[in-house]
Amino acid sequence: MISRADVEHVAALARLGLTEDEIDRMQGQLNRILEAIGQLQSVDTSAVGPTAQVIALENVMRPDEVREPMARDAALANAPLREGDHLRVPVVLEEGR
Amino acid sequence: MSTVAAEAALPLADRTITEVGELLRRREISSRELTEACLARIHRDGERLNTYLAVGEERALAAADAADARLAAGEGSDQPLLGIPYALKDIFVTRALDDAGLPDGGLPTTAGSRILEGYRSPYASSAEDRLSAVGAVLVGKTNCDEFAMGSSNENSAYGPVRNPWDESTVPGGSSGGSSAGVAGGQAYFALGTDTGGSIRQPASLTGTIGLKPTYGRVSRYGMIAFASSLDQCGPFTRSVRDCAQVLGALAGHDPRDSTSVDVPVPDYPAALNGEVRGMRLGVPREYFVAGMEPGVEAAVREAFRVLEGLGAEIVEVSLPSTDAGLATYYIIAPAEASANLARYDGVKYGLSAGEDDLLDNYLRTRGSGFGAEVKRRIMLGTYALSAGYYDAYYVKAQQVRTLIKAEFDKVLADVDALLAPTSPSVAFKIGAKTDDPLLMYLNDACTLPVNIAGLPGVSVPCGLSDGLPVGLQVIGRAFDEATILRVADAYERAAGFASLRPPTAHD
Repeated sequence: MISRADVEHVAALARLGLTEDEIDRMQGQLNRILEAIGQLQSVDTSAVGPTAQVIALENVMRPDEVREPMARDAALANAPLREGDHLRVPVVLEEGR
Repeated sequence: MSTVAAEAALPLADRTITEVGELLRRREISSRELTEACLARIHRDGERLNTYLAVGEERALAAADAADARLAAGEGSDQPLLGIPYALKDIFVTRALDDAGLPDGGLPTTAGSRILEGYRSPYASSAEDRLSAVGAVLVGKTNCDEFAMGSSNENSAYGPVRNPWDESTVPGGSSGGSSAGVAGGQAYFALGTDTGGSIRQPASLTGTIGLKPTYGRVSRYGMIAFASSLDQCGPFTRSVRDCAQVLGALAGHDPRDSTSVDVPVPDYPAALNGEVRGMRLGVPREYFVAGMEPGVEAAVREAFRVLEGLGAEIVEVSLPSTDAGLATYYIIAPAEASANLARYDGVKYGLSAGEDDLLDNYLRTRGSGFGAEVKRRIMLGTYALSAGYYDAYYVKAQQVRTLIKAEFDKVLADVDALLAPTSPSVAFKIGAKTDDPLLMYLNDACTLPVNIAGLPGVSVPCGLSDGLPVGLQVIGRAFDEATILRVADAYERAAGFASLRPPTAHD
């Protein structure tokens, strides 16, 4: 069973701001879903390795050629905050923090 | 209620690509007329059914005129989609900005989410690029469950889509706008995406053809990611031949998607020879799941008899780990989703809560921008990947994935393809399953194992139950779309449901 504190911890990891109501509802729903998912523990997988994806591709390479990048103004056009040619982000490092 | 009529008697908007394409190339009709026929349907039914999130009338008509000019110049004999109007699920980005970053008249992209409201993409998806190159005419972007998470289209931030067969029911999901649009004559074909059944299940519920190609067969560049080891894109059409034509235009390696595989693309329409004599078709007994509607099982079993009558050998097979598919999927898909959706951070694009503190801005942006189902899956995935639970959930699910894939490989070494129901039920009432996430997840019990194994699957209409369409699913070997389309086409020709259309099929 996951507790209310577990829900708050996972929400913090996922950077999801949840309301008190959402935390309550989420706790009940996640417990029901996890109970159903728990059936996997009864499958014997002692002799099998994990599959991350089904096509046997690795290290796909392309020629190292100089190409025209996306236009900077187009790439920045959707940014909520912009300063010159940069995305603007709230201060993350400041004295005293 | 339903309209079963000779193809030629159907209104223009409800006919197949194969039929109107013939008229186009004979210059008996224009692409502009086809586009206007779709637009007229959209004007009449689009708002009520809530099929489209954006329609680009002017651009569509301009593209149609360009196609007409090419047709007039004698092009088109080797381009079956030239001049054919289509729609894209709003999961595909469409270029809507010029190099100066200003709106260029292209369509916005939302993924059915508030977090992308107003987003204008600076680039186009490969799917759109390929279809534009062969002269298909983009009409608009279809409604869908938020970030393709759902089985009923009720998780769209822009409201549910209604099924043209019965407007009190859902069109399936997550590609519900695409399925309802193609069923209702609002496009001649549409693209959807399928992570656990999101093309095949809505196709089943709307009486359309829906194909999920093999993982790696079609480029996903510009397709907004949900679960990257499972996602694939594919077409909705009104005939299997149409489906083969669209797949032919989409398939093939794309240097912009390193998960697209460089395997030769066969001539899919040429594979449709109507011949299934001597083929071995397996029926996995585990796919007749508890809770399957009797009318669905009856229609699907009748379809097996039709194929048997055509000379195929129907054999019962077993995929013992089918039962574990749902749990495996609901660990892997949310885990991958939780990583993919980390990019919606209120900094680069999309909604921003405007908080002065970065952490507060993340929390409020994501808390207010995502809907309930998306939050649920991010939570589930984050939990399954978190310290102390990773091995018990995520690694365990990947191990069971190995078992599920091995069982498919073993069975498909012995049979040419598999036959199964697509969905355990016909279209259900809007609101019927929204209070119970687990009940909703069961809709995909027969489709999601196919994504787990990365195989191709197609849903083809196999009759009605309670007046609503039922789908037969044909599942094949990796990169063998030709065989499943051949089986589906042979069935379609023999079964007599090819002209099945919803009550909206009138002018």
